[in-house]
Amino acid sequence: MADAENKKAVAQKSAHDGFVFLPLIAGWLIPGAGHFLLRKWGRGALLAISIICMFAIGLAMQGKLYANAHDILEILGLLGDLGSGLLYVVGRAMGLGADSVQLTVADWGTRFIVVAGLLNIISAVDAHNLRTGRKS
Amino acid sequence: MFSPSHFTAVLLFGLFASTVFGITQRETPQRMFRYGLYCFSLFVGSAIVLSWVMYLIAR
Repeated sequence: MADAENKKAVAQKSAHDGFVFLPLIAGWLIPGAGHFLLRKWGRGALLAISIICMFAIGLAMQGKLYANAHDILEILGLLGDLGSGLLYVVGRAMGLGADSVQLTVADWGTRFIVVAGLLNIISAVDAHNLRTGRKS
Repeated sequence: MFSPSHFTAVLLFGLFASTVFGITQRETPQRMFRYGLYCFSLFVGSAIVLSWVMYLIAR
């Protein structure tokens, strides 16, 4: 019993060693990765599934990945998209997403992609709060 | 191309957003689940109420 508690304490200590912003950056680049680094496997998996599915469904609905920043709405959309981290980079590199929104469903898809990025930022900040001990 | 109905899109949006809100805004699993359920019901409920309001305004 004491041995199991000791192992758990060692695992928690090793999870809290190193660069303090690592869970924040990892969580931003890959959804759920910040929580995985902190050994919060269940939370990380649920966050990863939710954000990746939302992003993928947005693309499947022919949503637009913002690439330009000509006006304020496009800048805000681009900032939201960038919240998805590597998902956005891979999506742009593979040429996914529509160039222009022509259907109502595609407009919803664009919102799904932006909100997936914003939710990813929330989850990365949550991983940072767990790392700094602000949240347990 | 995936082309869901408006209501299905609301359900999917509410499900994913509520999951993230529940996990990030509460600390214990039970409270996470309850808060997620609360957010989901607010998402879907407000969509239904606003839909009826717009329907009645348009008549």
